[in-house]
Amino acid sequence: MLNRISTFFYRRPGLVLALFLTPPLLYMVVVYLGSLFSLLINSFFSIDDFTGMVIREFTLKTYAQIFNPANREIFMRTGSMAFFVTVVDALIAFPLAYYIAKFSSRRLKTWLLIAVTIPLWSSYLVRVYAWKLILAKEGILSWFINLLHLNGPLDWLLSLPGIGGSSLSLSPIGMFIVFVYIWLPYMIIPIQTALERVPGSLLEASSDLGAKPYQTFRTVILPLAFPGVVAGSIFTFSLTLGDFIVPLTLGNSKFFIGQAVYSYQGTGGNIPLAAAMTMGPVVIMVVYLLIARKLGAFDAL
Amino acid sequence: MPSKSSDNLPKAPLGLTLAALGTLLFLHVPMWIIFLYTLTPDETTYTFPLPGFTTKWFGVALQRADLWRSLTLSMQVAAIATLAALILGTLAAAAVYRSNFFGRESISFLLVLPIALPGIVTGIALRTAIGGLDIPFSFWTIVIGHATFCVVVVYNNVLARFRRTSGTMIEASMDLGANSFQTFRYVVLPNIATALLAGGMLAFALSFDEVIVTTFTAGQQTTLPIWIFGQLSRPRDRPVTNVVATIVILITFLPIFFAQKISAEASDTEGETK
Repeated sequence: MLNRISTFFYRRPGLVLALFLTPPLLYMVVVYLGSLFSLLINSFFSIDDFTGMVIREFTLKTYAQIFNPANREIFMRTGSMAFFVTVVDALIAFPLAYYIAKFSSRRLKTWLLIAVTIPLWSSYLVRVYAWKLILAKEGILSWFINLLHLNGPLDWLLSLPGIGGSSLSLSPIGMFIVFVYIWLPYMIIPIQTALERVPGSLLEASSDLGAKPYQTFRTVILPLAFPGVVAGSIFTFSLTLGDFIVPLTLGNSKFFIGQAVYSYQGTGGNIPLAAAMTMGPVVIMVVYLLIARKLGAFDAL
Repeated sequence: MPSKSSDNLPKAPLGLTLAALGTLLFLHVPMWIIFLYTLTPDETTYTFPLPGFTTKWFGVALQRADLWRSLTLSMQVAAIATLAALILGTLAAAAVYRSNFFGRESISFLLVLPIALPGIVTGIALRTAIGGLDIPFSFWTIVIGHATFCVVVVYNNVLARFRRTSGTMIEASMDLGANSFQTFRYVVLPNIATALLAGGMLAFALSFDEVIVTTFTAGQQTTLPIWIFGQLSRPRDRPVTNVVATIVILITFLPIFFAQKISAEASDTEGETK
């Protein structure tokens, strides 16, 4: 009996393929793409100012709202945070990625990669929480800064308009540190992958031809590692753009995109505005992905 | 297995070694600090150095019924989302591996989308869809949300394994008279077993801690991450939160560690971990 069924399917590879593909495709297309589509539709609805009910008619009114000065400022603020986090993550990630790719034995490499991927997969929320403890006014970082007699510079930093705040745990500087920390592993892995593909013979050739180590680094290694940096930046940029946990935990009253979406749909009950606001990161990321593909980042993923 | 020949490495400059070490410490030390704070007797602040030491908070946390409910809920959600991801991810990987069909490249793209787009997009998209269909938010809506981004983890692990497994083994099995079911049971399954295990464990860890999508797809249910999130914005039970955070790290550490170890051993080459 089983043999007959087996033969039946063996002769019809197309049918088998369809049987394999249907469940995952059905799920992803209906549930996931369907939801994204409903998000898009909702962004073209609007909300009745008096009743607070969603008016299910096509309008661009809601989109006009996201370009008002307050929301434009939110986009600028979030975009620049994502940009600086990405740049600093790339700078911090590079030495470790370079060390793993080019200076560690096979055994050490396995362990170092595990050491990088454990924070990547482990609880994002708990990692944010750790910084709540560290950055607290009475916490370990303040104690350390006090020990080094650096209170003056810290107070000066916190007094700066725009990035300062009452303490590190309630300021854009604090958020910046936490974002850099949280997304760092996402930058290390792609850079390491890209560097791994640079053949050792290329570096030897460069030095045989008289390049100093610094020149080899600048003209051979760095350009070849660049696609990895771009690949990593997709994650650091996208994740910062959509996050609302860090701003809610460490931020002040100045909103970030994720936070705005969260409050528009939650306390505000304005689903259309939340949906239109979410389209911002979606469009930014699609453009970003297209540019990244041009720069060869997908090969480094 | 090649011997030490590949280990003929140049020595790293001291500055680079120190920078690499510093980055590693930066990645790991903050988590150790939570462990330290579980021992503080201080209930209202995060004072450092700790004003004393106590182990009573572990006992207090164990007594909390709300925590047990949240922990159980998170475990159940993660278990079912992982099961769904294992089935859907393996089917998709098998289809992509064995045949060439129109739109094959788009499958990977579609599957990776839930983790490539910011979590808030997936969250609010699901919320508008579920709300628009008047489906009540429940345990199952949380599971549906989690499964969308867990599938890709299993898919990637299993597909990578299929690509390393030789197709001739399957042909040999069929030639020797095994039917498809026997071939699956005795040849394919043992081959992909550890990939399923690794993918499943990562999917479990991913679902167990997820908070962004969950805040949009949960009704009145409080998963453990939602409980912690509540404490982040309005700290009420600081010492208990420290204990919970520690427990979450420990619960997710083992599956992540073993999943990475399995993948590292299976590929035994450098590179790709995700």
